[in-house]
Amino acid sequence: MTALASDPRSNPLRDPRDKRMPRIAGPSGLVIFGVTGDLSRRKLMPAVYDLANRGLLPPGFALTGFARRDWTGEDFGQVVYQAVREHSRTPFRQTVWDRLAEGFRFVAGSFEDDAAFDRLAETVDELDRVRGTDGNHAFYLSIPPAAFPIVCKQLARSGLAGQDQPDQWRRVVIEKPFGHNLASARELNAIVNDVFPEESVFRIDHYLGKETVQNILALRFANQLFEPIWNANYVDHVQITMAEDIGLGGRAGYYDGIGAARDVIQNHLLQLLAFTAMEEPVSFSPAKLRAEKIKVLSATKLALPLDQTTARGQYTAGWQGNEWVIGLKEEKGFNPDSRTETYAAITCAIDTRRWAGVPFYLRTGKRLGRRVTEIAIVFKRAPHLPFDSTMTEELGQNALVIRVQPDEGVTIRFGSKVPGSAMEVRDVTMDFGYGLSFTEDSPEAYERLILDMLLGEPSLFPVDEEVELSWRILDPVLERWAAEGEPEPYPAGGWGPPSGDAVLARSGRVWRRP
Amino acid sequence: MIVDMPATSTSQVSKKLVQLREQGGVLALGRVLTLVVVTDDTTSTENAIESANAASRQHPCRVIVLVRGARQAAARLDAQIRVGGDAGASEVIVLRGYGPQASAEAGASMAVPMLLPDAPVVAWWPNTAPAVPAHDPVGQLTHRRITDAAAEKHPLRALEQRASNYVPGDSDLAWTRLTLWRALLAAALDQPPYEDVTSADVDGEADSPSTDLLAGWLASRLPVPVKRTKIGAAGGVHSVRLNRPSGPIELIRPDAKIGSLTQPGQPQRRVTLQRRSLSDCLSEELRRLEPDEVYAEALAGMARVRRGRVPSGSRR
Repeated sequence: MTALASDPRSNPLRDPRDKRMPRIAGPSGLVIFGVTGDLSRRKLMPAVYDLANRGLLPPGFALTGFARRDWTGEDFGQVVYQAVREHSRTPFRQTVWDRLAEGFRFVAGSFEDDAAFDRLAETVDELDRVRGTDGNHAFYLSIPPAAFPIVCKQLARSGLAGQDQPDQWRRVVIEKPFGHNLASARELNAIVNDVFPEESVFRIDHYLGKETVQNILALRFANQLFEPIWNANYVDHVQITMAEDIGLGGRAGYYDGIGAARDVIQNHLLQLLAFTAMEEPVSFSPAKLRAEKIKVLSATKLALPLDQTTARGQYTAGWQGNEWVIGLKEEKGFNPDSRTETYAAITCAIDTRRWAGVPFYLRTGKRLGRRVTEIAIVFKRAPHLPFDSTMTEELGQNALVIRVQPDEGVTIRFGSKVPGSAMEVRDVTMDFGYGLSFTEDSPEAYERLILDMLLGEPSLFPVDEEVELSWRILDPVLERWAAEGEPEPYPAGGWGPPSGDAVLARSGRVWRRP
Repeated sequence: MIVDMPATSTSQVSKKLVQLREQGGVLALGRVLTLVVVTDDTTSTENAIESANAASRQHPCRVIVLVRGARQAAARLDAQIRVGGDAGASEVIVLRGYGPQASAEAGASMAVPMLLPDAPVVAWWPNTAPAVPAHDPVGQLTHRRITDAAAEKHPLRALEQRASNYVPGDSDLAWTRLTLWRALLAAALDQPPYEDVTSADVDGEADSPSTDLLAGWLASRLPVPVKRTKIGAAGGVHSVRLNRPSGPIELIRPDAKIGSLTQPGQPQRRVTLQRRSLSDCLSEELRRLEPDEVYAEALAGMARVRRGRVPSGSRR
């Protein structure tokens, strides 16, 4: 498959017991399309530098930018330099930068321009000769999905998509949105797969690069403590929340017609659900992990009736902390008649023995109370309380909360006796501050994902089937919302519209205040 | 916050710690290990604490610094507790013993009440280490013992001592500093042509323990002659050459900063290969707390290394 000695025994210097030794990517280069974009500046280029700084990029690594700008190579270097100085995680070191900058190239042109892609092909050839990238190249499409077909076609036409020799590789990296419903996702997959085989396609869901998300697997499968109660016998329901405090601002144009469910639930939240609910994989190999995720996603569906189990909203003006912010419809350049939701809540049911009868509530929104992502497993009450009811009035349900961001960690909530002569039980929390001191030096999600992609390690990237299954879950509610009704307005700075609370209130539950 | 406790006792220090926790909240609750640093009373003590603090950002830990004060003095213990901003993501307890309390036995027994319950203990000697760290009173408390041959007065002799006295759980920063070199060499062999290495040459400063260890590691991994030479005058490891039928893979670092990797039929590639900072090395050490068997094999492999003035290919 690849030259990346997949069999470590074949390399006498590698040893599975040698856990210090980092995997350095083999000789390779990265081409970024849409290099002028926000993501590229804030995340990709700094991540490349941070990887170089940690010594994880191969000697002779090459970074090529492609954009419709009248830039020289130096201009491009300057742009990367700015991005790195502003956003890199690790300290700036001139020697690292100098080595990295030797591998910068820039190709100017539009996606329609055949000549530009021919120039890109020449640049890539030149890199193979001068830098020793050895014919291994990754193409990062940091561009709107509408441009995927033309870029893929151009890559195929100019011969960039195909490797010249069997032990070389060409890979493509794409970002969400992966379509806007099942049909369009299939179409998109077909377009990409037409040029790149599925094993060469790396879909970035940056949530999967987060340490805390990977920690879900460690928490569940490395411990004896949690797995026995991780099922419908003990779990009452699960809440998965991703709240943002920001509004749309400059992204308004992109967001209209997409909305919170497509933007967040389809990818991030359903992936978190899969990690939380999946069965134990036989091993942690990419294929086995994926098999379990696909299994659980294929058993997941929306709880019915949709009018009662889902909610959507649109933020209006309000106080966001100390700042008075405008509503969605007043955002510059936004369609004032838009029915696009900025808050979405859905209820999922998982048809397996483990989860039968346990609702999974997923919600996301913009301009909510604070920026937070968390998974809360709420347990059933003890079947019998040998206390008077007055003693346990303040006792809630036990809960285990995985805080994905910020303040990464795990909280367990349980009852404890209030000191004093009377027997009174009240909720207390036990806290594991994973983020407290780890965050500072734990790698950014993009660092991990770019390195994994260069190494050809696919565990943390959703495959086409997962994407399609997610759309299959979400499509019914998207269709319902498109057909009728309006999102309910909610003031900025709160926790969403009343209809969102009603989704849980119907069964006597409440959203946790994250 | 820094709390100074001159002429005190360990039970008073323990009490103060509990009191600080009650005032300040969650100190010490999320800590994953205790790091015991053993130093002499020199200017480098503060350096070692700083590195430990920096490393604690990845591995929240309690740092106990045992400073051996003057032996010819009255028995006395000075303590200092640092928490919050002055201690990175850790809490630092400096115990400075004088007179009989400067002995290793007293140091170990002063550390005992301060160890975190149920968490691994790591000892680190930033300068001179005991001959057999595992038999040292402090070493006996620990799961992992970190020494630094390069910081000793006679680095090579220290390294030989490590080799003959190795106990699982020992580790040396001279080995940690090699990680990137080793990774680059292994990555080079990942690429075609997949030929066998026929011999290897390692060159470096005469008293660079890392160079010897690197040669030892190659000797332990490859069933071929490995030669250690001393042409590079300064800057630790100077170069490594893996000879293969199609030509050698060479990783050379002439200026202790930038390395270059050459392989037959490929352009020369340059790579940053700076000596790693102390905190960086310490972070790596704290990441794994099980015995490092590959290090043990590299120590043993040093016996198989041939020494000479000229590399086996003798191009010079």
